[in-house]
Amino acid sequence: MREFSYDVVTIGGGPAGMAAALAAREAGAARVLIIERDRELGGILQQCIHNGFGLRRFEEELTGPGYAHRYIDMVRASDIDVWLDTTVLAAEPDGVITSVSPHAGMTIVKAKSVVYAMGCRERTRGAIRTPGSRPAGVFTAGAAQRMVNMEGYLPGKEVVIVGSGDIGLIMARRMTFEGAKVKAVFEIMPYSNGLTRNIVQCLEDFGIPLYLGHSVTAIHGKDRVTGVTVAQVNDRLEVIDGTAFDIACDCVLLSVGLIPENELGRAAGLALDPITGGALADQFRQTATPGFFAAGNVLHVHDLVDWVSEEAAIAGRSAARHAQGELPLSGSQRSVAVGEGLRTVVPQRLSAFEQGKMSVRFYFRAAKPMGASLLQFWADGVLAFERKLRVVKPSEMIVADIPVRKIGDAATLEFRVLPAPEKIEADDEIEEEA
Amino acid sequence: MMARVVHAIQCIGCPIGCGGEVIVENGSVSEMTGFTCNKGLAYAAEEVVSPKRMVTTTVRVSGGSLGLLPVVSASPVPKERIFDCLRLLRGMSVAAPIAEGTIVVSDALGLGVDFRAARDISSVQ
Repeated sequence: MREFSYDVVTIGGGPAGMAAALAAREAGAARVLIIERDRELGGILQQCIHNGFGLRRFEEELTGPGYAHRYIDMVRASDIDVWLDTTVLAAEPDGVITSVSPHAGMTIVKAKSVVYAMGCRERTRGAIRTPGSRPAGVFTAGAAQRMVNMEGYLPGKEVVIVGSGDIGLIMARRMTFEGAKVKAVFEIMPYSNGLTRNIVQCLEDFGIPLYLGHSVTAIHGKDRVTGVTVAQVNDRLEVIDGTAFDIACDCVLLSVGLIPENELGRAAGLALDPITGGALADQFRQTATPGFFAAGNVLHVHDLVDWVSEEAAIAGRSAARHAQGELPLSGSQRSVAVGEGLRTVVPQRLSAFEQGKMSVRFYFRAAKPMGASLLQFWADGVLAFERKLRVVKPSEMIVADIPVRKIGDAATLEFRVLPAPEKIEADDEIEEEA
Repeated sequence: MMARVVHAIQCIGCPIGCGGEVIVENGSVSEMTGFTCNKGLAYAAEEVVSPKRMVTTTVRVSGGSLGLLPVVSASPVPKERIFDCLRLLRGMSVAAPIAEGTIVVSDALGLGVDFRAARDISSVQ
């Protein structure tokens, strides 16, 4: 078995892996390797042919392949090594990575630092426990996206979409463009988890109905799916009697959530956050396993690739510093907690601050949709920082920079989101009118 | 006789997603309510008078490492001509190798919109 050694290895060559590798090289890591299991770099972006990527990172709207290409060009222009068609089988806590590929067979890499950048995968029918038979024609939306956009197959002609996540909405338009009839989108929650832009441009533009508060209660068909039964649910998500109806279709696409793909970490005893499904990480994106970093959808599911690139650059830079023995030892870490109104926070841990660091950026997911809100940071039970948010949606990540001086040396750190007190702007208007 | 039409428009400019109304009298916008920024007002007015969309799809590739090339309109296409553009592109085939940015169709259907390759595709022997 051939053996190699590198300073920084990223497992995965999607947007997170590429941005981490580039940042690691820039921060002085001499030997950097990207290991990618697909035939090319770019990850899931290569099948996301719609546009709207990169407004923040490149200040223009790019397609998924277009965004990937910017990073692929940067990787090609560097001396970062790239192994394609190579699957990592194990990454041990001592930095020994075992991989396999058709051209090189089994290979061992010794890494000083490792960046997990494996992305996420889709929840399947099993994850939402939909009853009924097991016919062909039921796909996850992302699998269908790859078939339609890259492999040249149309997975069905009469389509029902379950879940209103963005991939499902994008596929509703894509299937319509390819001549299929998309009959409806069913969402179990009383609100959509997709961007408003996608509801308008992928459903309303083509008259595709969106049923909120509806669940698929059965899938029918022996060899091929022939239809689904759908019913309305109450606020406890229980089916309401007498509301069921059938809808015929030959294809069901599921857009019901994403799960960080953490099998490698789990096998190596990585400490995970049960809510995000990703690793517990500090502000350097270092996990609880020293020398192992995480970025992108394997750490927590993002809605914008721009944030993935930014986060991965933090992880890559930190991985390079660790490889050079420069990253301060984590020492005593403080936990960051989420309270009222919030579901997740990343990073979940704070290590000692870097010299000269002015603020720490936190990413949050809200527990439920809210109007005007206040994001609050509480340090040792005292309100230390507050930020006004005009609107809060679980589907859109909240990002906040908290000044280091507000965090100080407080032992307990907690974030909350509360409804903003009644509209201050409205009061001003009333005074003007009077 | 004044032709007065009220259009309900959902703004897509930002996560707030204002819902508003655009009132059109005799073919031009006379009043808008419910939008809270200039970007929203501009979007809503255009959405009523001449809605446009970016179009992305694929075209066939011969001799390539992939069988399909993703393509993107260089600028937005009038909404009612989207399917005409798709029909045009569906009938086409391009030969690999292809470089990102290559114009696949120039001035599609006389709309003044080019369609460009969204990625590289190498050729295979």
